[in-house]
Amino acid sequence: MGKFFERFPDPLARLIVVFLAMLVVGLFVVIVLIPKPMKDVQMQWADAVKREQARPVKYAGFRSCGECHDALYETKKTGYHRDLSCETCHGPAKGHTEDPDNVKPVIPVERAFCPQCHAYDPSRPRGFPMINPVVHNPLKSCASCHNPHDPKPPTTPRECSACHGEIARTKAVSHHVQLECTTCHKTPQQHKVSPRAVKPTKPQTREFCGKCHGKEGKDRMAKNAPKIDLAEHGEKYVCWQCHYPHSPEVEQ
Amino acid sequence: MPLSPFAGGGTVNGRRTFLRGFFSVLLSGGAIGGILKILPSKADAGEAPPKGQNWYGFGVSVDKCIGCARCMEACKSENNVPREPFFFRTWVERYILRKNGTTTVKAIAPNVEPSPETASDKSILRSFFVPKLCNQCASPPCVQVCPVGATFQTKDGVVLVNENTCIGCRYCIQACPYGARYLHPGTRTADKCTFCYHRISHGLLPACVEVCPTQARVFGDLNAAASPMSRFLRMNKIHVLKPGLNTEPKVYYASLDGEVR
Ligand code: SF4
Ligand code: SF4
Repeated sequence: MGKFFERFPDPLARLIVVFLAMLVVGLFVVIVLIPKPMKDVQMQWADAVKREQARPVKYAGFRSCGECHDALYETKKTGYHRDLSCETCHGPAKGHTEDPDNVKPVIPVERAFCPQCHAYDPSRPRGFPMINPVVHNPLKSCASCHNPHDPKPPTTPRECSACHGEIARTKAVSHHVQLECTTCHKTPQQHKVSPRAVKPTKPQTREFCGKCHGKEGKDRMAKNAPKIDLAEHGEKYVCWQCHYPHSPEVEQ
Repeated sequence: MPLSPFAGGGTVNGRRTFLRGFFSVLLSGGAIGGILKILPSKADAGEAPPKGQNWYGFGVSVDKCIGCARCMEACKSENNVPREPFFFRTWVERYILRKNGTTTVKAIAPNVEPSPETASDKSILRSFFVPKLCNQCASPPCVQVCPVGATFQTKDGVVLVNENTCIGCRYCIQACPYGARYLHPGTRTADKCTFCYHRISHGLLPACVEVCPTQARVFGDLNAAASPMSRFLRMNKIHVLKPGLNTEPKVYYASLDGEVR
């Protein structure tokens, strides 16, 4: 070994020694000190995949909802919302499936919720059911007219709307949307044959509207209807002399 | 005894590996192991998937999207994406084509009431929503540029970011032609859509597909002939974004307007 270095000038020999020392240190660092996963990128990727797969799930998927809420699930299955996942409206529910008593998913009731999909927006595809939230029954919560699990656009029987299209359209966006035409009008069969000779009835008394709007009105549909005191509110008139019944406008 | 050019009977490969390992120590500072072993793997990217192996794809029906932003909401909840409005793994753009030939594109914001004023704007020819997300390219430029091998492609074709090795250099954010990546302000690492890898590996759908009310989003295995995804590809005329870049995106669009970039 000594002989080997004597062949070089002294400074070069020292340099070689230093270089060899660095080599040994370098190899030691690479082979011993650096842990294997740091050197092997395949291993890093396998770890990353495992970490990624282990991340917690927050949306449980619509099948898990059906396990407990089978009645709602069945209702929804045939309606217009059949393609919606429960969590589209109720938010992530994995926590609820694990601890049903303490973790509750949201039930969106605020009026701004449904318009996120159903407000008129010219960029939305044609034919998607859209309303103008400003004029479509303002102040009412959507669920007071539409069952969110089986929403139906309000319909007027074809027998009526065929001739009374304008009334049907007005009523469709009014507070009286849920009322059947026959709730207020008695419609004889004969009206369809000779519409001008046989006419449907119109409510003739204040008490008729009072069934829902009177102070002690008990009608189930009229829970949220504005209530008045029949004895004090415009005694002289029949209600529809002031309020157009197919689109009643009242101050709320 | 096999002939060996090297004393001690070493093999070519053994010596090469040794030299490579040695120079990698000299040359690389932080990225010690990464560089050398990534190079060969890059050639694999984009290869046709073997039969029987999952190869995930994503479908978007542009004509079904109503721009409700449920998908963006769900993605943020599922994947801990920061709530600030400029971080998204998936987002929806509103395209407005005007009669004078100009097109405006703007990402919509979730939970903001849509703007009906465009209805009365007579200069508008056509307007629609286009959902976007990471295209999980089969030949992903983001993987090529990552200097430390933190962005990689899994066997099932999903491009993931290893947040333990990502150094937050933003190369991939620059390289992605679809603007699909962002730097997560919490972890300071690159983040992007993973096709909800933690969900799909347990047989669930990605969160955005789960909640999309109109089935504008479809997800599935491209190798399964009977999956909704394969049906989507059969039944529609399919486009991908920026096909000229040869990134081979695996997000497939149906009813895509020629204006969409
Ligand atoms: S959830 Fe579906 S319809 Fe709504 S914006 Fe997203 S892709 Fe479009
Ligand atoms: S879309 Fe961008 S981030 Fe996603 S794989 Fe392609 S290049 Fe990478």
